[in-house]
Amino acid sequence: MYGKKVKLRALFILLIFLSVVLTSFLIFKSLEENVVYFKSPTEVKNLAELENKKIRVGGMVKKNSIKTNDLEISFIITDFQNELIVSFKGSVPNLFEEGKGVVAEGFLEDRNYLKATKILAKHDENYMPPEVEEALKENN
Amino acid sequence: MLNNINPTKIFFIINRLQKYILILFLVVLVIGLLEALVFSPEDYKQSDSVRIMYVHVPAAWISLGIFSIISILSFVILIFKNKNFSLITKSLAPSGFVFNIIALVTGSIWGKPTWGTWWAWDARITSMLLLAVFYLMFILSWRIIDQNDKAIKVSSIIAILGLINVPIIKFSVDWWSTLHQPSSVNLLEETTIHSSMLLPLSLMTAAFALFSVLIFLMKYNTELIKIKNKGLDRL
Repeated sequence: MYGKKVKLRALFILLIFLSVVLTSFLIFKSLEENVVYFKSPTEVKNLAELENKKIRVGGMVKKNSIKTNDLEISFIITDFQNELIVSFKGSVPNLFEEGKGVVAEGFLEDRNYLKATKILAKHDENYMPPEVEEALKENN
Repeated sequence: MLNNINPTKIFFIINRLQKYILILFLVVLVIGLLEALVFSPEDYKQSDSVRIMYVHVPAAWISLGIFSIISILSFVILIFKNKNFSLITKSLAPSGFVFNIIALVTGSIWGKPTWGTWWAWDARITSMLLLAVFYLMFILSWRIIDQNDKAIKVSSIIAILGLINVPIIKFSVDWWSTLHQPSSVNLLEETTIHSSMLLPLSLMTAAFALFSVLIFLMKYNTELIKIKNKGLDRL
């Protein structure tokens, strides 16, 4: 139906495209470490060595773990397997709440303790009016 | 086959279409904005800032969709040397680029009160920024390169390379841990947006899509007039 030239051109472009796809796949695979925005407490536990570098840890704020005093706020990040204590001086975002997602950026003192320099609230994929949320709560 | 479509005929059809699409766009936009800003409820957690989503998410969808179309047409352009399709991709790019910028800016405005930061270098946001760069390269390649044949080739190659980025944007939130939330509207899994919020989201998406079609038709019209002025009766 089509000429030989068109077929060859199609093959040529397809091959180039596939090789670029494969190359970028391999690059992303090897850069995995840097592509993730934060580590989980479990991943922090399993770190080979603690570097004195800024790190982001994310997970859920453990229920009843938020403690505040005049100077700082401390809470526990959990991924329901391991936990990590975070302390922070400063104000937290409005959506920071226990039982909700959080990302803390700062320096690790040890495998269980992070001194945060920035707290980000993570929003989940659920959107609903307040009445629906109350109805859901009552059902549970 | 596709090269032999008469531009004059297309020209008349487009001129007639534009009027109806403009009217439809205005109607859907007004209803969509009323739903998004007045009638839809506030969110249980983020209260009124959820309304930013009704612009942010449709803008992101449309910019991704337009880029995908440009990329797929670019394959056809390179393989079959179809010049009409290169006019189409050239006319599609501006509205896609503008919606891409709108998605980035509204995301940033939403991020400050919810996350606590204007910007995060996570996989979703960075790949979306990369899409804007691809759009810009595509548009600039037409401006910079004087020879038409060369511009067609370079812009098509840019669009095809950018296609690799499209699934990365879509699945970035599933493949890597990101600050950006996973998608709420899913075809295969359950949608996690309440129906009262899904309505304004769909309306705004339709409005933005109609707007893109309108801008596309205007741009395409201009391209056809340019060709007419060159005194060519076919592409």
